Amino acid sequence: MSNPITSIKLVLLGEAAVGKSSIVLRFVSNDFSENKEPTIGAAFLTQRVNINDHTVKFEIWDTAGQERFASLAPMYYRNAQAALVVYDVTKPQSFIKARHWVKELHEQASKNIIIALVGNKIDILEDNENERKVAREEAEKLAEEEGLLFFETSAKTGTNISEVFLGIGEKIPLKGLEDEHNNNGLNVTEDQRINLANTANASENASACSC
Amino acid sequence: MGEEMDTEYDVIVLGTGITECILSGLLSVDGKKVLHIDKQDHYGGESASVNLSQLYSQFKKNPIGKDEIESKFGKDRDWNVDLIPKFLMANGELTNILVHTDVTRYVEFKQVSGSYVFKQGKIYKVPATEMEAISSPLMGIFEKRRMKKFLEWISSCKEDEISTHQGLDLDKNTMDEVYYKFGLGNSTKEFIGHAMALWTNDDYLQQPARPSYERVLLYCQSVARYGKSPYLYPLYGLGELPQGFARLSAIYGGTYMLDTPIEKVLYTDNDSENGNFEGVQTKLGTFKAPLVIADPTYFSHKCKSTGQRVIRAICILNHPVPNTGDADSLQIIIPQSQVGRKNDIYIAIVSDAHNVCSKGHYLAIISTIVETEAPHIELEPAFKLLGPIEEKFMGIADLFEPKEDGSKDNIYLSKSYDASSHFESMTDDVKDIYFRVTGHPLVLKKRNDEDAQEE
Ligand SMILES: Nc1nc2c(ncn2[C@@H]2O[C@H](COP(=O)(O)OP(=O)(O)OP(=O)(O)O)[C@@H](O)[C@H]2O)c(=O)[nH]1
Ligand SMILES: [Mg+2]
Repeated sequence: MSNPITSIKLVLLGEAAVGKSSIVLRFVSNDFSENKEPTIGAAFLTQRVNINDHTVKFEIWDTAGQERFASLAPMYYRNAQAALVVYDVTKPQSFIKARHWVKELHEQASKNIIIALVGNKIDILEDNENERKVAREEAEKLAEEEGLLFFETSAKTGTNISEVFLGIGEKIPLKGLEDEHNNNGLNVTEDQRINLANTANASENASACSC
Repeated sequence: MGEEMDTEYDVIVLGTGITECILSGLLSVDGKKVLHIDKQDHYGGESASVNLSQLYSQFKKNPIGKDEIESKFGKDRDWNVDLIPKFLMANGELTNILVHTDVTRYVEFKQVSGSYVFKQGKIYKVPATEMEAISSPLMGIFEKRRMKKFLEWISSCKEDEISTHQGLDLDKNTMDEVYYKFGLGNSTKEFIGHAMALWTNDDYLQQPARPSYERVLLYCQSVARYGKSPYLYPLYGLGELPQGFARLSAIYGGTYMLDTPIEKVLYTDNDSENGNFEGVQTKLGTFKAPLVIADPTYFSHKCKSTGQRVIRAICILNHPVPNTGDADSLQIIIPQSQVGRKNDIYIAIVSDAHNVCSKGHYLAIISTIVETEAPHIELEPAFKLLGPIEEKFMGIADLFEPKEDGSKDNIYLSKSYDASSHFESMTDDVKDIYFRVTGHPLVLKKRNDEDAQEE
């Protein structure tokens, strides 16, 4: 018998090029790419982590650039249990944007969403602390006021990346087995939800009319 | 946002209705560079789901304020009211497209609990299983046997085995001749034609049987897939569908701009009469592409009326629909002949079980093709079935279709959403536009993204 699994929908928000996709890539594949293209192709990744004797499965939604012209769909926030609001510690503008996203999440997302404020690219500061354009204290203050988790990270070196996700995992109320998404059954559950993707399970003999 | 952005695209798509969003998604997956624009500040165009404030301001001359709305109907944000009522056929083409594009990752579906048909003043459940059929009061015992023979023929008929056709030619015989062969009576014909084949009028009787045969088969296969009814419905409303396909498009590189009206359409030689599409001018700049896909509202001068108008009435109830066993969702079909009309009346009912309204509420959307000068009176038989109605929003929509096929000016236009109760005509339009735009038929392949590791 395996651990109980809790699925968590986690969404990423932040200005373009702050490193949202890089953080996910580091977390999911422990990888980094210098010239990461703007997000294309993969914007739905999953990663499991064990927290105590519980497994948390993160379903990670990347914005796919839809935030760029204020075109993020309500679907994106829908049912999200956690959000990473990411800024670049060397870009003050990106912190202003982060404030905006925190506000937006409080308005649009579910009430008990867990939000982590993430200042990324701290590796750049190692060579030259003058590059820092967003004071740690300023971000800590925002996090305190708004009830956010706060981390400074580097997707490049991996600093603090898993801490972000573990921190969120620890704050999520863990669910029992009954809430687990069952990907093997027909998934016509009690409340008639249907897993459409499971074509193999739909009645094979579909041409036989049962009317 | 101060970002430099590309100005040249392979395709510009205008309007984020479901037709446009599916095409945008499919073309992005094909590797085309797509720019997708909507003049409105939300996804979905005509096929959006809206909250109550939006609904009031769209339909009422003197809309009530948000506070009053919330004191009456609960939280505004709990409401996602469809503007166009439709259900998905479980085995239909939209389901197929959703599965093949993996948009099923973003949208959850529920079965619709039942399908009902109106007969002589009462509503009856359309039998979904053999057991239900045997006990259904819709048909007498002998008629049931004939019906059984007919359905056996439907499911055993094979294109290349003449013997299975039982002497009928689907392309020559009319549907009425098919009914005659099986000795089916008028009320059974009505049941098959309207509640199963989902024809909205009786024109099909004198036409070749094939489309009717295919529709009955689709109905049966859809029922067989999950039981209960042939229909599915997405949690949070139909507006999730365009959003899901828009996300697909964006993931494959599509660029999205909402709240961006088209200030000017650019034509070659500055000739809006005979020129080809060249691009669009917006507040965010000028964008060019060799072709455009759009809904009729962006090019009204290039569309014509189909001659049909649809009336839709959105009703808020605070109780389940009477005589439906408190079903959380259902369809009721009122066949035209039952109420002396030419076109059927449909009622689509969903509830808080689908996260489209606040707890304890039900949404019933009535629709039909307008036949008289007093269209709201045409809906009376449907209102009567619903019991007390808390609030009503009525609107009449003209249906439009493009005058030309786009080959001359590279402007490819979709059709308005029709009065049918499902998405089959919409997906026909998608496939047709896809073919005209790309020059090859749509072949659905399983989406293949290496990066997305799924267990
Ligand atoms: N030095 C440094 N560079 C980083 C770090 N994280 C990301 N980058 C770089 O920043 C650039 C943008 O990273 P992405 O992960 O694509 O950023 P994004 O937020 O997903 O961008 P969009 O998808 O375009 O919104 C890439 O060139 C990355 O290599 C980091 O921690 N340190
Ligand atoms: Mg990215």
